[in-house]
Amino acid sequence: MRDILIYDHVRTPRGKGRKDGALHEITPVQLATQSLAALKTRNALPADSIDEVILGCVSAAGEQGATLQRIAPILAGFDDRTPGLQLNRACASGLEAISIAAGKIAAGMVDLAISGGVESMSRIPMGADGGGPHGADPAVTFHTPFVMQGVSADLLATLYGFGRDDLDAYAVESQRRAAHAWNSGYFAKSVIPVTDVLGTVVLDRDEHMRPEADMQSLGALKPAFKDMGEHVGFDKIAIQRYPEIIGIEHVHTAATSSGIVDGAGAVLLGSAEVGARLGLKPRARIRSFISIGSEPILMLDGPTPACRRALAVAGLDVGDIDLWELNEAFAAVPLRLMQTLGIPHDKMNVNGGAIALGHPLGATGAMIAGTLIDELERRDATIGMVTLCAAGGMGIAMVLERV
Amino acid sequence: MTTETMDAAIRYEVDADGICTLTLDLPGEKMNVLGGRLTTPLDEACQRAVADAAVKGIVITSGKPAFVAGGDLKAMGEGFDYSSLSKGEIAYRLGSLSRMLRALEQCGKPVACAINGTALGGGFEIALACHYRVVADDPEIQLGLPEANVGLMPGAGGTQRVIRLVGVKAALPLLMQGKILKPADALAAGLVHEISPVGEIVTAAKRWLRAGGDPVQPWDKKGYVIPGPHSTLEREFRGIFSGSNAMVRANGLGNYPAPELISSVIYEGAMLPMDKALGIESKYFSLLRTGDVSRNLIRTMFVNKGRADRLEARPEGIEKLNFRRIGVVGAGLMGGGIAFAAAKAGMEVVLIDRDQESADRGKDYARKKLARDVEKGRSTQDKMDAVLARIKPTTDYAELGDVQMAIETVFEDFAVKSEVLPRIEAAIPADAFIGSNTSRMPITRLAGSLAAPERLVGMHFFSPAERMPLIEIIRGTATGAQALAHALDFAQAVRKTPVLVNDSFGFFTSRFIGSFVGQSLAMLNEGVSPALIENGARMLGMPMGALSISDLMGLDTGYKAAQQEARDRGEEPPITISSRLVTEFGRLGSKVGKGYFDYGEDGSKRIWPGLAALLPTLSEQPSIDEVKARILYAQLAEGARAFAEGVLVDAMSGDLGACLGVGFPAYLGGPFAAMDTIGVPQVIVEADRLAGRYGEAFALPKIVRDMADRGETFHGATAVLSPGAMAT
Repeated sequence: MRDILIYDHVRTPRGKGRKDGALHEITPVQLATQSLAALKTRNALPADSIDEVILGCVSAAGEQGATLQRIAPILAGFDDRTPGLQLNRACASGLEAISIAAGKIAAGMVDLAISGGVESMSRIPMGADGGGPHGADPAVTFHTPFVMQGVSADLLATLYGFGRDDLDAYAVESQRRAAHAWNSGYFAKSVIPVTDVLGTVVLDRDEHMRPEADMQSLGALKPAFKDMGEHVGFDKIAIQRYPEIIGIEHVHTAATSSGIVDGAGAVLLGSAEVGARLGLKPRARIRSFISIGSEPILMLDGPTPACRRALAVAGLDVGDIDLWELNEAFAAVPLRLMQTLGIPHDKMNVNGGAIALGHPLGATGAMIAGTLIDELERRDATIGMVTLCAAGGMGIAMVLERV
Repeated sequence: MTTETMDAAIRYEVDADGICTLTLDLPGEKMNVLGGRLTTPLDEACQRAVADAAVKGIVITSGKPAFVAGGDLKAMGEGFDYSSLSKGEIAYRLGSLSRMLRALEQCGKPVACAINGTALGGGFEIALACHYRVVADDPEIQLGLPEANVGLMPGAGGTQRVIRLVGVKAALPLLMQGKILKPADALAAGLVHEISPVGEIVTAAKRWLRAGGDPVQPWDKKGYVIPGPHSTLEREFRGIFSGSNAMVRANGLGNYPAPELISSVIYEGAMLPMDKALGIESKYFSLLRTGDVSRNLIRTMFVNKGRADRLEARPEGIEKLNFRRIGVVGAGLMGGGIAFAAAKAGMEVVLIDRDQESADRGKDYARKKLARDVEKGRSTQDKMDAVLARIKPTTDYAELGDVQMAIETVFEDFAVKSEVLPRIEAAIPADAFIGSNTSRMPITRLAGSLAAPERLVGMHFFSPAERMPLIEIIRGTATGAQALAHALDFAQAVRKTPVLVNDSFGFFTSRFIGSFVGQSLAMLNEGVSPALIENGARMLGMPMGALSISDLMGLDTGYKAAQQEARDRGEEPPITISSRLVTEFGRLGSKVGKGYFDYGEDGSKRIWPGLAALLPTLSEQPSIDEVKARILYAQLAEGARAFAEGVLVDAMSGDLGACLGVGFPAYLGGPFAAMDTIGVPQVIVEADRLAGRYGEAFALPKIVRDMADRGETFHGATAVLSPGAMAT
């Protein structure tokens, strides 16, 4: 197997995924194009140098669907020969895009690729692609019952004993870390300003953060998924699968769930040979990449088995990992991974996570892979793990090592 | 005008304008019941009318008071022998009426339906296949597709025509809950076209035909789309099903296939052209029709319940008693409820207690319930006043001097009952009988306190008595045929289903539910998690878990009953977890907000954390399937033992008593239907396994093993004779 090397990465700032968000006026194809173009410029890539562009996108409908991935490279100044692939592994899409390119590079079929993701949640809302069969199609849903993700998060917290204060405290710390990272310039190297049609910068900093959040302000929030759980029937469905509990404690709020944002991320990866040929300096090596399914009602506990397998494939132990980046879909998700693998909090999401920064569904995996590489470099550490849970019950994990 | 009888079941008449009227009139029957005797001649008559060039249009109506009241449930309750057919052949055969009606609506001639009376199920499906529906202006007429209530779905195009007429959203309650409509509601919903005065509907139908009635259904016209959301590309369509699917699964727990498959047939059918959609409906219908659940539901909850309601077990040769005036002695919760039920049924009730205040409180029970009905618009002040006026609370036994029966509902204490019964006997007329409302005390023993023990019959009501549909009628050794017959008459008069059982401790229903509660508590004492015990019961289909039931009934009530029972049996009262909750912790149940559970003011409940300290905890908890098996088989074994001991007259009474009285899941059809469904030999294997691990609660009586050897069942052609069968 050839070495798979990461040469560079960029991401847009994450704009509030609402009509008053700074990125709402920017089309998703522009978010993707500006990310691709930034990589091209920063690395002086020839127009014909890219063999594959893979961009994850969860709600691939309307302007965000179909041929976005094929046309964005052309808009970014690449040659017509650059193909584009849209993929959807739900919240794991951005990291899966890197995994698939890694597989092609390792197999010798691709030399240089750009992987990442794009999601304008303000313009194309979740579910805009039709939502799929699970939940709506009775024949599917009565075979394998469906519960809304937020109820799964509360189920995870109930099953493993995370109370409201545990979650709120985690969120406060995520906000604190994200603010500290921005204030210290840790993100500066990789966040590209997004510009409008005139070339004016519309956003250059994540705008979802609430650094002022504290236990008191978070404690005042209402549980976000109590109504869905109690009145739509999802609690009862979850208990049918987890009969060891009597009820679900609805402990997650908007502040302990990932934020809805717009954004794109892109990672440049390829073989050692292509890097040498183009004069690129490798920054990290991909040691393993694993996707795995988990039970769909609990849905959010896939990172643990995915990480275990990624460690095993790489021949590593938990203690070998210097830094962990896990998508903060809900606060119970990182708390559970820390619990199962015995990860100290000071190695987990050290610059905050999606609770503070936001989670642009299809793009997040690529964004946090980049965040991990930057932080490994800043700390002069060596090995890191990137991992996400995904809808329908899936986990993805990737071990990265600085070179 | 030509008039002739083509077949006895269908009258075929063609008038001078070329309008052919087909009148459905099954000979020798009070109702047009759907089946081959009706549909085959209807098909032939339709084909003849279509082929006859002189016929310009067709009217379908009925010669019975009802149009067509639905399918033949009795035949369906027997099950369906499909053993020699492939799944595709079964679906095709069951789709014959669907194909016939599709041909009718595409025959090229306009067809109007004159709905003169109730049209339900297949009857309403015939109407829906006609191009025009006019219904008589009579609010008593019921229209709808109630198949879901018997575990089925409409199978002759009903699902697809309803969604095409009213849209998916409005169709869901009509099809999944089998909602019944009055003519005015059906008109407003768009399911019928016209309401006409009674007696003029055929004229109205002909008027539409003469005016050039359109022979093409809306869904067969070019450009037709289903009203409202009808595709998965629409957010609202997905939302309708996501919400509905969740509720169906949350509350049905996967035990009831009908609402699930009805959901599928609506979801999938809405996206298909009519012919393909009808094919899908036939396929899903066949799955329900050949399944165990519809057979069990129909047999127990309709066919056998009907037999019990018609008092098949009633001794012959005794004149029916029409109840005008009764007595109820003991004005507690049960007495108040029974008085209320009787007063609602039009009887005068003398309601007696020791002091006037207690007697008045018993009447207040009815007052409170009625006031709520009036408040919610379910009743009127006049009706409420009339019912209350019939209840006379008093302390004076002399008021019983002209009653036709008296029911004692005093405290479950042998001494107390033995004191009250003779007083009643002394006060009531010589030809009146006495009912004893007890949940477990042998009637034969109670009758010992009477001068004329043949007058006493056990009448076990369930709480709340005005609502629960069952009365367990217990025949003591001395109980006379007249008392028995009149007790059954009373059940019929208050519109409850009676099941007749022989005397023993706990009769049938109390010992049966005792096996459920007992096995649940056995698990608790072993260290099985309370959540698993509660959820296991719910997932099996019990209305609630045994710990919730205990809390609801009051742990103190259960404690006192256990003490009393032990004294009655001459035994030392046992110290149990529930007795400790009462005596050591003051946890009396949900009424004080604490029992096995802690109850929050918002209606939430959590297992009392202190419970863990009183009980062992199994380090390895059983699977939920094992918990469910223990809850189910403890009841099956108890039912089998009661059957073997002769408590039950027949298996049907056990099924009805279990389902209607003590919450045994209806989809299983009762313990005996369940054992037939599982298969008696398989029941033995599983019960023996459980008995080996958990003890005598799962021990099966010899008769069950003999049944397996002989290939016998509890129901049907190979049914075993009940040891408790009595000559009546």
